[in-house]
Amino acid sequence: MQTRLTVNGEEKTLRAETRTSLLDALRHHFKLTGTKKGCDHGQCGACTVLVNGRRINSCLTLACMHDGDEIRTVEGLGRPGDLSLLQQAFVDHDGYQCGYCTPGQICSATAMLEEAKAGWPSVVTEDLTSSPELTTREIGERMSGNLCRCAAYPNIVDAIQEVAE
Amino acid sequence: MRPFDYQRAGTVADAAGLMSAGATIIAGGTNLLDLMKLQVVTPERLVDINRVPLNEIEETAQGGLRVGALVTNSDLAADPRVRRRYPVLARALLSGASPQLRNKATTGGNLCQRTRCYYFYDIDQACNKREPGSGCSAIDGFNRIHAILGASDQCIATHPSDMAVAMGVLKADVEIEGGDGGRRTVPLDEFFRLPDDTPHLENGLRPDEVITAVVLPSAPAGEQRYRKVRDRSSYAFALVSIAAVVDVRDERIEEATLCFGGLAHRPWRDERVEAVLVGQRPTGELFGKAADVLLAEAKGFGHNDFKIPLTRRTLRAVLADICGLGDDS
Repeated sequence: MQTRLTVNGEEKTLRAETRTSLLDALRHHFKLTGTKKGCDHGQCGACTVLVNGRRINSCLTLACMHDGDEIRTVEGLGRPGDLSLLQQAFVDHDGYQCGYCTPGQICSATAMLEEAKAGWPSVVTEDLTSSPELTTREIGERMSGNLCRCAAYPNIVDAIQEVAE
Repeated sequence: MRPFDYQRAGTVADAAGLMSAGATIIAGGTNLLDLMKLQVVTPERLVDINRVPLNEIEETAQGGLRVGALVTNSDLAADPRVRRRYPVLARALLSGASPQLRNKATTGGNLCQRTRCYYFYDIDQACNKREPGSGCSAIDGFNRIHAILGASDQCIATHPSDMAVAMGVLKADVEIEGGDGGRRTVPLDEFFRLPDDTPHLENGLRPDEVITAVVLPSAPAGEQRYRKVRDRSSYAFALVSIAAVVDVRDERIEEATLCFGGLAHRPWRDERVEAVLVGQRPTGELFGKAADVLLAEAKGFGHNDFKIPLTRRTLRAVLADICGLGDDS
């Protein structure tokens, strides 16, 4: 099966079996190994990427379903020497220990800040019709799809909060 | 994951045609692909409906909203009309899964998602839902998350959706289109089945039918609440959830609608419980009577016995809150 994708701004053609997940396409076919495979069942968030600007679990979607889509991975957010604000904030706040969940955390947080800017509420937002403020509690809830087995959560939240402000 | 053929449908008729030939629909895929990886389901042919134009939220002539089957859970929860007019639905959606999953999960797919019963997921265990006639490992197994209402001796699984519980309390209709182009509308309450002797049949969809939309009637009078009790405060399925719409006027309950999640094979509504409340002055004693009626036939299977008192307390707390009596009834 042939699928055309734009990955980090570059047009790519994927030739792969229909059962290839977007995650495996990125890692094995395009050699973009920044995106991690954790649980492979949509429970840990390590595989989070942005598809047409929205964060999703790349393990739970087929690459062939994304013909024409624009994919952004952690490699596309910034490069060494030219880090994104969130990437720099994770470094500054020590927002990790082993680092395995970090690409997913950063992709997820990148989209989360956009969602908040668009006024999306979360389940802990008191008034659903107001514009949410990104408190510690809001960030925790909005990042609940990204697990960190090292439990670097306080520093992850600090890093995100700094960029949110 | 086993190999399969993959085709895209451009219209509902395309999809229905492929389904008559045995294809399985994929929309968001968040539940289906999970199940396919574990070989709980092994479709030989997938039909991708993501290019079918079913992703609009439209006003209806009756003052409600028609939610296309492919509207994502994120988009539905963020829609200003939903947030303003159906907060119970926005809250239920936002309490389900994670933001990443909600960005893929669709309205139609959410209704059709399968149970998270451990034994359904484990292909080495007997499960009448996965393999009719093989038995139920949950009845005498670990059944902490299982049903206390409406279960059968064939299956004690629960429906995992939050969204459907809120749509149940809002008395939504499911709009369905078949291969012959015929459309029908089924009240959400009648869309889901109880397990009885056929736990593998979970809803009333025929093999060539596609959910095209969920239609919400105009917003009900009164207050709306969604309360979800779970093992951790985010990203977990409900042990018990309650969607409530209650209208209190002159210190009397004018109208009350309740729908329960985590308790049964489908979102659970019991009009007898609502009848206990209507016309009465809201008091803790009254709420206790409502819980008595709801739980009169409740049955635990060991590990899930705790759900019976938990449901009682959650119901009392939700009713106290929605009737303005504070947290403690």
